Amino acid sequence: MAEAAPPPTLTTADGRPLKAALLAAQSRAKRRAFLLVLPLLFFVLLTFLIPIGYMLKRSFEHDGFAASAPAVVAWFEANPGFDPANPPEEAYAALVQDLARMQEEKTTGIAGTRINYSVPGTISLFKKGAREAKGLTAPFRESLVALDATWAKPALWRGMASASNVYTAEFYKVASDLKLTDDGWARGEDNERIYLYLFAKTFFVSGLITVICLLLAFPVAHLLATLPMAKSSLLMIMVLLPFWTSLLVRTTAWIALLQEQGIVNDILVGLGLITEDGRLTMMYNMTGTIVAMTHVLLPFMVLPLYSVMKVIPPSYARAARSLGATSWTTFRRVYLPQTLPGIAAGSLLVFILAVGYYITPALVGGADGALISNMIAANMKNSNWSLAAAVAGMLLVAILALYWLYDQLIGIDRLKLG
Amino acid sequence: MALPTYASPLERAWYYTYLVICGLVFLFLIAPILIVIPLSFNAEPYFTFTEKMLSFDPTGYSLRWYDTLLTLGHPDPETARDSTWWSAVWERATWVQAAKNSFWVGLWATILATVLGTVAALGLSRPEMPYRRLIMALLISPMIVPIIIIAVGMSFFFAKACVAPDSAMGAIFGMFLSDKGCLANSHLGVIVAHAVLGIPFVIITVTATLSGFDQSLIRAAHSLGANPRTTFFKVIMPLILPGIISGALFAFVTSFDEVVAVLFIAGPDQQTIPRQMFNGIREAISPAILAVATILVIISVLLLVAVELLRRRSDRLRGVTGR
Repeated sequence: MAEAAPPPTLTTADGRPLKAALLAAQSRAKRRAFLLVLPLLFFVLLTFLIPIGYMLKRSFEHDGFAASAPAVVAWFEANPGFDPANPPEEAYAALVQDLARMQEEKTTGIAGTRINYSVPGTISLFKKGAREAKGLTAPFRESLVALDATWAKPALWRGMASASNVYTAEFYKVASDLKLTDDGWARGEDNERIYLYLFAKTFFVSGLITVICLLLAFPVAHLLATLPMAKSSLLMIMVLLPFWTSLLVRTTAWIALLQEQGIVNDILVGLGLITEDGRLTMMYNMTGTIVAMTHVLLPFMVLPLYSVMKVIPPSYARAARSLGATSWTTFRRVYLPQTLPGIAAGSLLVFILAVGYYITPALVGGADGALISNMIAANMKNSNWSLAAAVAGMLLVAILALYWLYDQLIGIDRLKLG
Repeated sequence: MALPTYASPLERAWYYTYLVICGLVFLFLIAPILIVIPLSFNAEPYFTFTEKMLSFDPTGYSLRWYDTLLTLGHPDPETARDSTWWSAVWERATWVQAAKNSFWVGLWATILATVLGTVAALGLSRPEMPYRRLIMALLISPMIVPIIIIAVGMSFFFAKACVAPDSAMGAIFGMFLSDKGCLANSHLGVIVAHAVLGIPFVIITVTATLSGFDQSLIRAAHSLGANPRTTFFKVIMPLILPGIISGALFAFVTSFDEVVAVLFIAGPDQQTIPRQMFNGIREAISPAILAVATILVIISVLLLVAVELLRRRSDRLRGVTGR
């Protein structure tokens, strides 16, 4: 009996195996599709990803002290296990040498600022020390301490040892409200814990705005979804107009409305609800931030809700009613569950946008209504670049987590505009 | 939603309450935008309605704040309004300069974002595109990542993104960069930043248009002998054009309204309208800002109408009826 012939492989007209030809065609199609996206990817890499990566690098780096105090940096390198409570005389000698050098090269401010992040109050200490450094004599420990007792503090020596490295995670510690004490890093006093407090406040206010937006948007989206086309298109314009109007125009409008001599107060006085002296303060505080931000973000809630409600068949509600459900039960058990995808999409989008908001709080929020973005801007303005970058890095992580959640729950390709 | 005939009195009462609530929300949405229009005609330097305005006394209204837009920064505003005066307005007036800057930056950013975004959207909507979800998430992220983070990153990086003015690179790119040859404080820097911010809008609108696009039309065009270029310009382009244009309008508005990146990366030569308004609100607040706001509201109404018409046209082309 002859052996069975191997099954013939299918080939294309020019004799190549069909499988290989298909694979080649598929990978060619893949390459073509990818080539179309490549220019934009390159552009986004250059102008978006690299700047953000560079910012993250800056959040881990500061050479203010490392570059201006070479002698003491070298000493820290040679003696990694020194006792910060009792540094030896040669460390003090190196420090005095560096202080004199800083005075010459005018780098006292930079060096002092670097240490100041972890040990507050050191800028003036360094300035004074540098001014007197030339005249100091051995033993340097005693003469420096005679100038200012802070020079012997373990916290200061810990801070200098940490700052002698250009790369550090210190700014993330500072942005988490930790500070350097004589025994190492510890939580600051309650009244000094500004960053975590601001993060918490930002998340709380964003949550509040999301809830207000949901409550306001739900009936409106429902009305738009159930009205006949002609009427709903007209009303839709009222939702889309704020969306298209400049953010600064809307913020200006809220200033005109909310300020003490503004229109809302005028109306309330005119109606006799409040007296002339009892005018409400609705601006430059949290009220201003919340009202203006709700107005700005409301369309982002209405639009996803509307697109979900639009496709809910009205016959479901009628069926529920005919089966004996009350109108409340119909809403709660039949209609509301069907709107959940819209609620999730709108709420997450509004929350994400609210957490990173900058302009509106900066213009109508005042000090009380400031959010974490305003803190980043304030640090940038005061040239605390590494600290600003670290706070921005923490915010970025939070936003990316929310973005990932959005992608998992709703899918990023379902994002629609208008 | 019409009230069914079997509704109980309680349901009727609730239905009318619901309509009132909706009306109030619409008022909340639209009133602040409309209120700036009459306020901008105030004769007094106030941000609120005066007694005269409320009694419709014509002397309570004036165009003085619109006049300020022309005269602020004008070398001699008091002289006769002849052609010299108007050319000085065109060359020197602060708000006119800001408008010109905003327009040019917006135009170039839009072109950049629309061309790159449309080509990428064509690739992204092909079924064989690898890593589609990841790349899509990356390209949308400039809309999600807080603008302050993008601005901080750019302000660090653009200050370092420099070419030596006397090098070969400097000879080519120097004219687009700042005096020091850097992206920071240059028009190009602002254009590039705004293009990145506009890209998500182009991607979203064009991929949405392409999702209803019948891919077999491309094969049909090929089988009839069209090369890829002809296929794109004669078959694909006419069908997705409404999507491209509305994406471009979104990108333009994004740039035209953008202030945070400008505050962080631009120099004094890149004064734009939003930046001028931001500084105006922060420092000396005058009703001139309301006059600008009124003009911007009119522009946004026009843009909104344009986008709505485009969307309807696109739906008609794709055979979609209703919204």
